[in-house]
Amino acid sequence: MQDIIKVTGLSKQFSNIKAVNNLSFTVQNGDVYGFLGQNGAGKSTTIRMLLTLITPTEGEIELFGLNLKTHRHQILQQVGAIIEKPDMYLYLSAYENLRLFAKLSGVHCTKKIITDQLHMVGLGGRENDKVKTFSQGMKQRLGIAISLVHNPKLIILDEPTNGLDPQGIADVRNLILHLSREMGKTVFVSSHLLNEIEQVATRVLIIDKGKKIVEGSAAELFDPSQTIVEIDTLDNKQCMVLLQQSSWQQYLQPQRSHTILLKLHRNSLPDLHKWLVQQDCALLSLQPRHTLEDFFLQVTSGKQYVEAFTN
Amino acid sequence: MWKLLQIELYKIFRRPRTYISFAAITALIGIIQLGLKMDGQAYVDFLMSSLKDNFEFDGQILNAYLVCYIILQLLLIHVPLLIALIAADMISGEANMGTLRLLLTKPVSKTQFILAKFLAASVYTFMLLVWIAVFALALSIWLFGTDDLLIQKTTYVVQIAENDVFWRYIGAFGYALLAMLTVTALGFFLSLFADNSIGPIVSTMSIIIIFTILSTMTIPLFQKIQPYLFTTHMVNWKEFFDEKVDAQNVVIPGSIQNPEKLLNSAMVLVLHIIGLVTASVIIFKRKDVLS
Repeated sequence: MQDIIKVTGLSKQFSNIKAVNNLSFTVQNGDVYGFLGQNGAGKSTTIRMLLTLITPTEGEIELFGLNLKTHRHQILQQVGAIIEKPDMYLYLSAYENLRLFAKLSGVHCTKKIITDQLHMVGLGGRENDKVKTFSQGMKQRLGIAISLVHNPKLIILDEPTNGLDPQGIADVRNLILHLSREMGKTVFVSSHLLNEIEQVATRVLIIDKGKKIVEGSAAELFDPSQTIVEIDTLDNKQCMVLLQQSSWQQYLQPQRSHTILLKLHRNSLPDLHKWLVQQDCALLSLQPRHTLEDFFLQVTSGKQYVEAFTN
Repeated sequence: MWKLLQIELYKIFRRPRTYISFAAITALIGIIQLGLKMDGQAYVDFLMSSLKDNFEFDGQILNAYLVCYIILQLLLIHVPLLIALIAADMISGEANMGTLRLLLTKPVSKTQFILAKFLAASVYTFMLLVWIAVFALALSIWLFGTDDLLIQKTTYVVQIAENDVFWRYIGAFGYALLAMLTVTALGFFLSLFADNSIGPIVSTMSIIIIFTILSTMTIPLFQKIQPYLFTTHMVNWKEFFDEKVDAQNVVIPGSIQNPEKLLNSAMVLVLHIIGLVTASVIIFKRKDVLS
């Protein structure tokens, strides 16, 4: 598999803030790569560095096997992007905007090609309307048409569902799947909304405070059958000793503070509960953390669950 | 580069705001012409009142050339504001709309991009001056006819023969273009540092106002810096309307009294333009596009 994006030791310092800190990852051909993180985690800064809008303080970026610094023009010809929100010239029509950006991308588009492209994103019949009359969802669709007009190999979407209604969000999701499955594009999509990424991504990278927290295939990270269980008892130390001496020992995860963590199949939960009661563990709580939401929140607020997942 | 320039010009001239300047110029010139047409003789009598005791005038003093001179004197002080409206919006306006980041994700060189933007702003400035020339000169010729140009300077009166005036206006408009391009370069440079156009427009005008005050005050401290201020040189288009005289104090037709001063001023303006545009390119290439 060819590496479409290869980022090594990427950092960006804004005066006193390190927005991105020694970030490394690779995106392979055909991936829908979900880039997850809370607001302010460093997603947009990373994406802007991928698109040469921001100069990295340190690190290397290669796209299509070419160094971004030295082959900027060649690389950007193969990249389509939407950054945060679809901004375009409000005083121009959809057709004029699309033609203008096609020309900038070095593509000579006939009227038919542009009209077809607008039809593809559901803006057929509105091509001559000024963009200022468009809803946020329509602007987003036009933004997608702009990012696709030059038939790029890599599509970078930064929070593409921001400000969209549920139907708009579903449309963007379907479009990402269509681009990946039907058109063979590599899609790099950032979001702070987990369920969106879960539904489309083949690989996922989660960052927090500019640092990589975890990277892996979506199947590994989001396997709903695997559960992290947090156990709390009146005497956790004693409970831990008992667990270490039992057959549950194999499921134990490295612990932080007094939290006991086990990674196991969710069908085993009733047996674990029964065993703990039998051992008089004075159980206060047995809390499964199996939703993606839990996972993400834990990932971005403390690392113990991640380590549990990735060990 | 040509493609980028075409796109930038397309954007400028498709935007309604662009035409405010042309409409304002048309209205201002129209008002002045109307006023002079209706009651111009009284205005001329007032201007020439101090000379009437010593000189006898015949012919048409209030003619197209004088009208155009009056218009230029009044207008070239205010045109920088109209230029700043566009030039100071070139980068900051795109940043405000969010289109700057989209533009820069396209395979275009940042240097070519910034130069194309400056050239587009320069074309707009040129068009605005052509518009002024057409209305102030061509329309005045049609309305008032032509004759010798009589200009009252501080200590003397200049009379330029009718057939010696037109080329001076071409020169004056050419020089005015240089002066206005300096304003364009300044507004453009300032637009790099803001995410909306209000700041750069106000800053451009503030700098022009402050520098103009410094350029005109006869205080020794300020006089030392006056040669370096572009505003000192912006008004030197008037040099085209001052003739050289020979040893017998006879006017040399087709001459300019102080061509060295004119050339020196033009050089100062060109250096300002080059300096500001070069700085814009260097800063823009290093700039992180956050908005």
